Amino acid sequence: MPFWFVMPALVSYVFVIVVPAAQGTGLAFTDWNGLSPQRDFVGLDNFVQLSADPIALGALGRTVVIALASMALVNLGGLALALGLNTQVKSRNILRTVFFAPAVISPLVVGYVFKFVLSPTGPVNGLLGAVGLADLKQVWLGDPHLALLAIIGVVAWQSVGTAMVIYLAGLQGVEPEQVEAALMDGAGLWQRLVNIVLPSIAPSILVNAMLTLISGLRVFDQVYAMTGGGPAGLTQSLATLFVELGFEFGRYGYAAALAVVLSVLVASFSALQFGLLRRGSKA
Amino acid sequence: MTRYTVRTLLLEIALIVAAAVFISPMVVALNIALRPSGQAGSPLALTTSPSLENVVAAFTEGHLGAALLNSVVVTVGGTLIAITFSSWAAYYLVRRSGHLPRGLFMLFLAGLLLPIQLVTLPLYNTLHSLGLIGNLGGLLVHYAGSTMPFSVFLYASFLRSVATDYEEAAHIDGCGPASAFVHVVFPLLRPVTGTVLILNALAIYNDFFNPLLYLTGSGQQTAPVALQSFIGEYVANWPVIFAGVLVTVVPILALYFILQKHIIKGFAGGLKG
Repeated sequence: MPFWFVMPALVSYVFVIVVPAAQGTGLAFTDWNGLSPQRDFVGLDNFVQLSADPIALGALGRTVVIALASMALVNLGGLALALGLNTQVKSRNILRTVFFAPAVISPLVVGYVFKFVLSPTGPVNGLLGAVGLADLKQVWLGDPHLALLAIIGVVAWQSVGTAMVIYLAGLQGVEPEQVEAALMDGAGLWQRLVNIVLPSIAPSILVNAMLTLISGLRVFDQVYAMTGGGPAGLTQSLATLFVELGFEFGRYGYAAALAVVLSVLVASFSALQFGLLRRGSKA
Repeated sequence: MTRYTVRTLLLEIALIVAAAVFISPMVVALNIALRPSGQAGSPLALTTSPSLENVVAAFTEGHLGAALLNSVVVTVGGTLIAITFSSWAAYYLVRRSGHLPRGLFMLFLAGLLLPIQLVTLPLYNTLHSLGLIGNLGGLLVHYAGSTMPFSVFLYASFLRSVATDYEEAAHIDGCGPASAFVHVVFPLLRPVTGTVLILNALAIYNDFFNPLLYLTGSGQQTAPVALQSFIGEYVANWPVIFAGVLVTVVPILALYFILQKHIIKGFAGGLKG
């Protein structure tokens, strides 16, 4: 088989990903501003600066919080939905379609829809007023803490259907005989879940956990659409801060260093997933 | 477990209520998009006389038509490139043994670990110096590379489970490798081609980050970039914004409802890897 079969893929991949990734890593050790022909090697300066930059550290912490919280929500919600729909419920097909639908919509659009839903005169506040809970009205996206919660909620809203589908596939591998035997032994719902169902869908749990964790670390569209990183930069994620530093402030070197930090985070979790999955499939 | 009991009925009701609440934000957006500009009132009140006035505004004032066309061109082009390049590559990587194919496969896999931000700044500069910023060409080049790791990975995983009998028969019949690929191998790959097509097409159509960087200020737009500029232009003219959302989302949702079995299977199979 001739080598040229692999050439188109290899050339475009090397040109678009491999070479720029190496260049980007190199940039992280310079003070380039993106325009001037001059760029000086500054060693680890950018990383040292990052480690003392409250804005960057804030974005890092927040990104990890978004990733972990949405991972927990998506997995609990997805598992609950999958268990609920893996029954004799008559509307299970249409319900599955509804819960999965957000997965095909652009995250940016979803962000805008929720920006409206949570706006001061939007439907959520309107509903609270209508049912006599006007005291609970909030400027949802104007408060950094509530806005962060809202971003987590929206990320989870969009991904829960994908997790549900993966869990539904995993549940097909649960032996009905085992469940029946447990029922005969008088095992309750919770015992069956913990002792039989969860162990047999462990691979699905791992896949879902890692998928949501990694996509959470990369979160950009939802933050961009819902808060633009505000108020006062207090909902900035690593990815949105990267764009601001690189393309608005022209701090290429510094932004590249931030990208390296993000890459190390994402790569470690991806490698962890890969390793765990391989171990799981060998066992 | 197989009978429909009172508990199943309660579960069913709970799930239907949950689904209604779950999807309500999209329904509210649809309600607003169809509301004529004269009709004031709460966003929760049902739009009584739905009109396409906002949709027309989105097309005439927001130039959504051109943006949608660009989105379709990039999505179709990018997806075709992804399928062609990655299926050829996977064929070579899986069917050839030795250090080189194995090393190259690992190189492709490494791309799965990288977030796009690491390549963004240098790639932007390279494409800029080649005159590929501000037009769809740069975007297509980007997708030709960025779709490779995942697509090659999917094709390779599938190809490993395909027996070589047919290829050997084709070889004996005098087929060259290229013709064997086109007539024998590629048709056998149809299930995974479906997955590669669906995942890439959705990712490209819905991509916002890269078109935002490559097309900003050029007059060329894809649908998500056009929507984002709506937000700036109309500040809070939500009816027109949601009309734009409606127009960009409806084709995808329609496809989803028609192909949902394949799409859901593609997601579950592809993402599980």
